[in-house]
Amino acid sequence: MRVTVRLFARLRDLAGSGELVREVPDPATVRTVWQVLVTELPALQEYERTMSVAVNADYARMSAPVADGDEVAFLPPVSGG
Amino acid sequence: MVPLVAVTAAPLDLSTLIAAVAQSASADGAITSFVGLVRDHNQGRRVSFLEYEAYDSLAVRALNLIIEEARETWPGARLGVHHRTGRLEIGEASIIIVAASPHRAAAFASCRYVIERVKQIVPIWKHEHFDGGDVWLEGATADPADEAARAQARRIACA
Repeated sequence: MRVTVRLFARLRDLAGSGELVREVPDPATVRTVWQVLVTELPALQEYERTMSVAVNADYARMSAPVADGDEVAFLPPVSGG
Repeated sequence: MVPLVAVTAAPLDLSTLIAAVAQSASADGAITSFVGLVRDHNQGRRVSFLEYEAYDSLAVRALNLIIEEARETWPGARLGVHHRTGRLEIGEASIIIVAASPHRAAAFASCRYVIERVKQIVPIWKHEHFDGGDVWLEGATADPADEAARAQARRIACA
């Protein structure tokens, strides 16, 4: 199945793009998507312990299920305000 | 009609947000506001300008969640918050928060609570451009379910 990956801030810079469409095995969780991503882009790995994740613009956990067509976002520590 | 919550590339206007929050405010005894500004120094660096990036849809959702949280603690309070994105020059407002309440204590505290929570859980990032380079600032790992972080924001708000 196919998911849209959204990346922000330094994660986006490291990946060279803020939006990627990727094939992932079915069934998948957010962790599956992350593993596909870091296999392709090992530089992202350093964020595994500090990032947050979201599915369809709602905060989620790495164990959350992901369906075909979902938008999965990986978010570095935030610095708004 | 001005929304109470917004993430926008347009310059922020405090008086417009005050008017939106204060609508039908005859029971209110106090309005407080907070304006966050881009300053010219950070951690020993001379800042030239900031670029703010947001995950807009989730940022709006997180701001609404923060307002719901604030209203659990201060039931009489009504709140509005606008956050800006894109390139901001020194001295420009990056965030404005308005709180209205029957009494001043809740207006001050809920306003402070919102800015503390914004820094914890809203998916917005500063890209700092300074003399000699640029850097993405990274603060808190965003987790709305982290009760310890929420309690800390409440403690600071009521200090």
